[in-house]
Amino acid sequence: MLKRFSVVVAALALCAPGAHADLISRGRSLYQQGCISCHGLSARGVQPYGHARGAGGVRGAGPSLVGVGALAADLYLSAGYMPLRNARQQPVRHQPLYSADDIRALVAYIGSLGGPPIPHAHPERGSLPQGLRLYTENCAGCHQMDAQGGLVIGALPPPLQSASPTQIAEAVRVGPYLMPRFPKDVLSDRQLDSIIAYVELTKHPVDRGGWGIGHIGAIPEGLVAWLLAGTVLVVLARIIGERRGE
Amino acid sequence: MIDRLIAFLVLLFARGKRRRTEPLDRLVPEAPAQRPWELVAAALLFLAMLSAAAFVPIYAIDSLGHIQTQLLGLSLGLAFAFVAAACVVFAKRLVPQETVVEPYPAPETEHEQERLGELVAESGDGLTRKRLLKFAGAGAGAALGAALLTPAASLGPFIDVAQLRKTAWRRGVRLVDDFGDPIPAKRVHVGSFLTAYPEGADHDALGSPLVVVRLRIQDLQLPEARAGWAPGGIVAYSKICTHAGCAIALYRAPLFEPTSSRPALVCPCHYSTFDPAAGGKVLFGPAGRNLPQLPLEIDGEGNLHAAGTFSGPPGPSWWGVRFR
Repeated sequence: MLKRFSVVVAALALCAPGAHADLISRGRSLYQQGCISCHGLSARGVQPYGHARGAGGVRGAGPSLVGVGALAADLYLSAGYMPLRNARQQPVRHQPLYSADDIRALVAYIGSLGGPPIPHAHPERGSLPQGLRLYTENCAGCHQMDAQGGLVIGALPPPLQSASPTQIAEAVRVGPYLMPRFPKDVLSDRQLDSIIAYVELTKHPVDRGGWGIGHIGAIPEGLVAWLLAGTVLVVLARIIGERRGE
Repeated sequence: MIDRLIAFLVLLFARGKRRRTEPLDRLVPEAPAQRPWELVAAALLFLAMLSAAAFVPIYAIDSLGHIQTQLLGLSLGLAFAFVAAACVVFAKRLVPQETVVEPYPAPETEHEQERLGELVAESGDGLTRKRLLKFAGAGAGAALGAALLTPAASLGPFIDVAQLRKTAWRRGVRLVDDFGDPIPAKRVHVGSFLTAYPEGADHDALGSPLVVVRLRIQDLQLPEARAGWAPGGIVAYSKICTHAGCAIALYRAPLFEPTSSRPALVCPCHYSTFDPAAGGKVLFGPAGRNLPQLPLEIDGEGNLHAAGTFSGPPGPSWWGVRFR
């Protein structure tokens, strides 16, 4: 049994490099079809006002992808951030344009240019109280305490409800668009797991009051309460003030 | 409802303004005295006064902890409830009831106006303890007013404003993180931000928290007087917004600057936006003055420490510091 198992492992080990090389070359050809306008022929980026032009003379603008690693490529492609319709737009979450297989190939190609691999998120290893504290300090300013997203001047921090744990781990390390990045010496993998554990909690919030009102925050919720209380008061005043008889 | 309230107010304050001396024939039949109900109304107003007066000491005693908010709500709620109950007693028992089928016509002649005044005045004749009720009403009103004004004490110091300028930052004080560990300069990356506090000082003090970011040295546009304040491109600013004192919790750090906005520190409360490259200059929003900058140095162990104190008073603007 053990013998057969080790044979299988050996066969896999022999096949894997070849399969991986195939994946990279497929990724490169996909890259050349869809990405070079903005990221350049050799993935070294395109400056907006330089002479470099992408495929078909399209003037795009994008950062170098050398060294960003599979981590960043997986985030941008699996969240549907790329490709961008307009290089000056904020990438927004969409249905991914590429199939899962194509994404794997593109990620393998970008990963082959160097950089960090796709991280493994383990929210179950994190501590929720620590996650709450770290989220409050580092994330809540933009994404709000309930991870519903918010606003900064120049960008819209997205809600985190549809982000997978892996995507959250990737975004924290990359810092997409205007988000700051948090390297490992600022937030350790363990701390990151705690933050993800907290974000996972916000996906299924406990509404003790019974009605979440979209979790839009304390002040709008207060406005709703005032509106309801005001209506009740008006109705009461109407009942009290009604003339008897007649 | 409103006319009863007006009648009540007239009863309270309009006595003694009658100019006529000779009595007219009564319009309202003599009302029987309602002494027990007067006492009830006075007692309710007295209770309202007590409840409202309790608000002030509850507000002052911070050691009450979590229950303080509930007690504050209870005292105000009870006060309003007692006032409402007193009003009900007044309306139902002390003010004569009259069923009006047609509304009164507007008083046209002086005679009619006098009649109306007399009507109101005589309606109050059923009250025997007007002074007691007046004092009870005034006491309840004064206590409620005091309760509602009490929170203004939290707006800040009025006299000793010099304490607002004091901070723990002076030359040689090390920057530490939330856990009290010193911050090595190499932990501050371009595109990343850190919150720092003075070593061994109160983290919650207004002048304590810092936001620390690293910019590319060629992007720095600090005023000449601040040359050398940013070793390795690391700049530190007070984390307290100069507008309303919120924490500057947003750092806008573009991944690819040519197609997006430049780096900025943003306050999440009202979106005051400050330029970390240009000494905390206000780029946008309601903030009235620049973010105070703290000069930095790197010590022999590679850790960050302060090279002086803030460039201006930290915290929200108050009397006399609203300048850019």
